[in-house]
Amino acid sequence: MSAARRFILWAQALAAALLLLATTLALAAPLPADEAMVDARLKAISRELRCLVCQNETLADSNAKLAQNLRREVRKLIADGHSDSEVISFLTERYGDFVRYRPPFKPLTWLLWLGPLALFSCGALMLRHIVQRQKQQAAPPPDAATAARIHALLAQQNKDTPA
Amino acid sequence: MKKQWIWALPLAVFVVMVGFFAASLDKDPRELPSQRLDKPAPAFNLPQLANPQASFAPAQMHGQVWLLNVWASWCAACRSEHEIVTQLARHVPIVGLNQQDEAQAARAWLTELGDPYLLSASDDDGRVSIDYGVYGVPETFVIDKQGVIRYRHLGPITRETMQDTLLPLIRKLQA
Repeated sequence: MSAARRFILWAQALAAALLLLATTLALAAPLPADEAMVDARLKAISRELRCLVCQNETLADSNAKLAQNLRREVRKLIADGHSDSEVISFLTERYGDFVRYRPPFKPLTWLLWLGPLALFSCGALMLRHIVQRQKQQAAPPPDAATAARIHALLAQQNKDTPA
Repeated sequence: MKKQWIWALPLAVFVVMVGFFAASLDKDPRELPSQRLDKPAPAFNLPQLANPQASFAPAQMHGQVWLLNVWASWCAACRSEHEIVTQLARHVPIVGLNQQDEAQAARAWLTELGDPYLLSASDDDGRVSIDYGVYGVPETFVIDKQGVIRYRHLGPITRETMQDTLLPLIRKLQA
């Protein structure tokens, strides 16, 4: 076998191997795992989002036409490699912060986030104030003479009102 | 002195809350502010309902005040506002955005009720509606000469809305 012929054989074998490898990779490209990953992310994101039509349902649960359309768009964005925050901002750009079940922390929502804490602090302060005042106002224990008089009066009263 | 102030506090909180609730009584919680207000109308290019070979883009309306009215033949409220839309069409060009409809049913709807639209564009998958932040049909957008959305009306247009809000705004924008 001549060197040239051997070389051609080798080249053919190599080409065949490469072709096989490429085919395997191409077939493996739309991995079912990928699909499942997109699904999982779609589920996770749409649980955080409100369906605009039936406002007490999440985008994940709703069967409204709009919810179906939005899920389709979100799925497309995820498949195109957009991050979760990009997907969320796609929706807030169009529908506002209301689509998020967890509203962002910004000046407009400070009252919403901090209100309960502020009310709780107010209550705690008032409670402390009241308790302290009651402590201060509590009468000191009576001295011996006063105590004797109290006992005498109580005894007198018990005699006047028979059980 | 201090004691009086302390007891006024719950009262003040109560009054503020009553104020909030009273102010919200008249508001429909389903009515959300449009995010597209005072922003350029999102561009799109959709086939026309009457002639799918021809397309429509909002840029074609540049230089005039116009309405974009989202409608569908499956939408009952659209039927109820149709008469008002027809009246409005005498004052301003109205482009229909036919959302997720069967072309045949949509054309039949227009034949039956009359076609007030300059033209209707077919938003078959609802993608353009999403760009406009549409979450119910019908919805109507008032777009000015520069292509900026100046008003969005949710739900069917009533005679009052037309007379008190839409027509004055349209006249102002047309001036």
